[in-house]
Amino acid sequence: MIEPKIILTLVTFAPLLGVLLILVLPRGRHNAIRAVALGASLVTFVISILMLLQFDRASGDIQMVARASWFQLANVDIEYFLGVDGLSVLLVLLTTFLTPISILSTWKAVKERVKEFMIFFLLLEIGMIGVFLALDLFLFYVFWEFTLVPMYFLIGIWGGSRRIYAAIKFFLYTMAGSILMLLAILWLGLNFDSFSVPDLIASGSIPSNIQTWLFLAFAAAFAIKVPMWPLHSWLPDAHVEAPTAGSVILAGVLLKMGTYGFLRFNIPLFPDAAVRFAPWMALLAVIGILYGAAVSYAQKDVKKLVAYSSVSHLGFVMLGLFALNSQGIQGGILQMVNHGLSTGALFLLVGMIYERRHTREMDAFGGLWKVMPVYGALTLIVTLSSMGLPGLNGFVGEFTILLGSFGSAAIGSQLFAGFAAAGVILAAIYMLYMFQKLFLGPVDKEENKGLKDLDWREIAILVPIIVMIFWIGLYPKPFFELISPAVDKVMATLQAVTQAVR
Amino acid sequence: MDLNDLTTILPFLIVIVWACVLLLVDLFIPREKKGLTAFLAAAGLVAGLAAAVQQLGMQAEGFGGMIVVDGYTAVLHILFIGVGLFAVMQSYDYIKRKGIERGEYYILLLFTLSGMMLMANAGDLIVVFLALELLSLPLYILAGFARPDLQSEESAIKYFLLGAFASGFVVYGIALIFGATMTTSLAGIVAAVKTPSVLMLLGCGLFLVGLGFKVAAVPFHMWTPDVYQGAPSSVTAFMSVGAKAGGFAALLRVFVTAFPEMASYWAPLAMWIAALTMAWGNIAAIAQTNIKRMLAYSSIAHAGYILVSLPAAANSVVAPEAIRAALFYLISYAFTNLGAWAVVLTMEQAEGKGLEIEDYAGLGRKKPALALAMAIFMLSLTGMPPTVGFIGKFYIFRAAVDAELVWLALVGVITSLISAYYYLRVIVVMYMKSGEPQTRSEGWLNTTVVLTALGTLVFGLLPGLLLEFASQAQFLSFIP
Repeated sequence: MIEPKIILTLVTFAPLLGVLLILVLPRGRHNAIRAVALGASLVTFVISILMLLQFDRASGDIQMVARASWFQLANVDIEYFLGVDGLSVLLVLLTTFLTPISILSTWKAVKERVKEFMIFFLLLEIGMIGVFLALDLFLFYVFWEFTLVPMYFLIGIWGGSRRIYAAIKFFLYTMAGSILMLLAILWLGLNFDSFSVPDLIASGSIPSNIQTWLFLAFAAAFAIKVPMWPLHSWLPDAHVEAPTAGSVILAGVLLKMGTYGFLRFNIPLFPDAAVRFAPWMALLAVIGILYGAAVSYAQKDVKKLVAYSSVSHLGFVMLGLFALNSQGIQGGILQMVNHGLSTGALFLLVGMIYERRHTREMDAFGGLWKVMPVYGALTLIVTLSSMGLPGLNGFVGEFTILLGSFGSAAIGSQLFAGFAAAGVILAAIYMLYMFQKLFLGPVDKEENKGLKDLDWREIAILVPIIVMIFWIGLYPKPFFELISPAVDKVMATLQAVTQAVR
Repeated sequence: MDLNDLTTILPFLIVIVWACVLLLVDLFIPREKKGLTAFLAAAGLVAGLAAAVQQLGMQAEGFGGMIVVDGYTAVLHILFIGVGLFAVMQSYDYIKRKGIERGEYYILLLFTLSGMMLMANAGDLIVVFLALELLSLPLYILAGFARPDLQSEESAIKYFLLGAFASGFVVYGIALIFGATMTTSLAGIVAAVKTPSVLMLLGCGLFLVGLGFKVAAVPFHMWTPDVYQGAPSSVTAFMSVGAKAGGFAALLRVFVTAFPEMASYWAPLAMWIAALTMAWGNIAAIAQTNIKRMLAYSSIAHAGYILVSLPAAANSVVAPEAIRAALFYLISYAFTNLGAWAVVLTMEQAEGKGLEIEDYAGLGRKKPALALAMAIFMLSLTGMPPTVGFIGKFYIFRAAVDAELVWLALVGVITSLISAYYYLRVIVVMYMKSGEPQTRSEGWLNTTVVLTALGTLVFGLLPGLLLEFASQAQFLSFIP
């Protein structure tokens, strides 16, 4: 066992070891560089598992705290403050789980500038884990902004034909939201002489009208990241142009930084505003669900379809979170993980076929099942998971969210849940439509006849995700157990407010 | 004048006397060994640095109040000398390569540095003016140092004409202030002004305009792009950091300590100038294709960010932190900008080639370390964590929010977003476009790049030490 005080520091910065090793490796030794990167990310994963083993699932408090003064700015302590609780533990695990998988997926796809690619990828992992663990607003902001840089390079150097446009758009769009959050953070730090999130929540005395502004400033950053309709326009560009591994991380983890931000900061810090804004957030979420689904259906490019489906799925997460009841939030958190797994897997699958055919147009395929049965079977499972088939992970999350939003007092109307349920049906339509286009029917294209089925490496990439898909789908109890005490704590904060209002 | 007076100006004295000595010594250094002057100049600066460090924590007046020494002075002195050392370091290879390696170069550098240092010592408007001229005159010559290169000469003449014009404003301002208060000493002005007269306000305004020229604030920035582009790049690098810091040294001290009674008049003015400077500098930079011009507009924009501290300092409660924030910003900007210019110096080829941003295409592949350093500088200028530029902006905006100038902070963050576009473009060109950039490797320039890049990154991650250093910057209080 590792000392609980340092385990979060270890899990955050373990990838740095890989970065340093890769730096000293000669540029040409691609396989060694890949192996080191994979090794470093696996070590990180192992440490995160150790973290999970030490995690006290009965407690809703922040655990394994690492806290020290980082520096003083204008007599206010800015702290190095990491901690994990039920809100973040699964997301950390999701990050450490998806990173080695993504790295393994680049074995053949990334042949140029492997050294830089792996360095950026590992730096990105540091940033993402840091975002989920940081409990000092300043530290959080540093990690938050830092993730932009490696992702920007990943899209801009190794992306598709419009990569530069997509990379800059991604960077500027995200930064635009963050700067407003920065001002809000500044204001909080100035008025409470602390940037520590638990302390700020405990002080709980932000006036209601100011909460509105702060809520909006934080929401600007997170809503763009999620992305919520109508701030989603960076997403299709970034997802489509990013290299496969980048898309996996982008969809799998980076988007969750937005929803996590709402959960970690907006709701507990500004509960009063959160309650007031809940119907509006729910409205945007539902529009996102329906809009994302409709646009997905219209796509001809598989990757674009998957990208837009994220807008729809993240709408569910947001709906769950702003139901502001225990079920909704629990479902929202679980759905974050589910979306990370399913959509991550979908991007991997798209990447695999793209490596073979160098096109992603659905019209170029058809009847792939006959040529690549293993690929077809795995894709079917992931597709079904993504559309929420009972027995697979997506169902558990979406069902809990719908339950939560149906009974939510905060969002006020059951119409939201009703429309969201229609979104589930739409998801089935566009996902099955895609599956049919790719896999069913005759093999009528000459180029598709000779396609090779998945090799051992590709199967090894997908199997862990599929296992998780079944596990969460069939036996979600341990996952809910991890989440629920922390959610109860958030609920306690919220109830204190709603009672005060009444 | 007694010995005590002399000790108050010791760092300044060392630098300026050493400059005079070098002027003589240089005569005996053979033409092909002029590099020696650089080392001698650096040695003098190190001695000055030692004296400046000694003065940390000192609070004194000298020459009957004409000279003040306080934390603010010491911090600025150390900053100036640091900038001077970097300037010597990055000029060494560059001027040799350009064929303008003449001994006067380093001596002029020392003279202008001593002007900046005197500026930080000024306790009297006459000293401010003296320092301003001592700072400016050698810089005019340095700007035209690449003669008979026409661009360089044009740059010098433009800088001289507009600089002289600005000095005129300052003198006129001082004259009016003298007319209103019968004194030029900062302490005397505070004592004399209870309700500001029109004369006083006019003088105050003219003073702001004059120094606005020096720090390149909008709308007094017109000269900057042309001068920066035409001057030898090593001079521009020094100018963009040193001369700016020199201007701010006077601006902050005079306005905060001598004109607090008139804050309700100058604070709104300074606020608008800051907002306009941030906005226009960043917007105009987008259109630039030449890296020197782009960095020129970028330096205008950064003058705007530093200027945010001035209206914030108009609030007497916020003032101490605002001053520290400004100095911290100047230090962080010095690291970042000197580094960026060192990269420009490395990339510049004969006859002004290699100065277009497009010339950096493919640098990420050919010179990964150099490109990485440039990327770090660009991110720091944008204000992205974990670089020192982020901490600097955070500190400055904090002061603004503290003084309830939230809208000014908002302008600051929005213009930072705009600036991201053109800073990122440099990164795009270096890493995402292919090309065969011409590069070279020169010892001292490389050292500069490495040191500044490390500074930008390390102080971004661990700013504690630097923040503590900047927090020494306190004004000697005139009001008993």
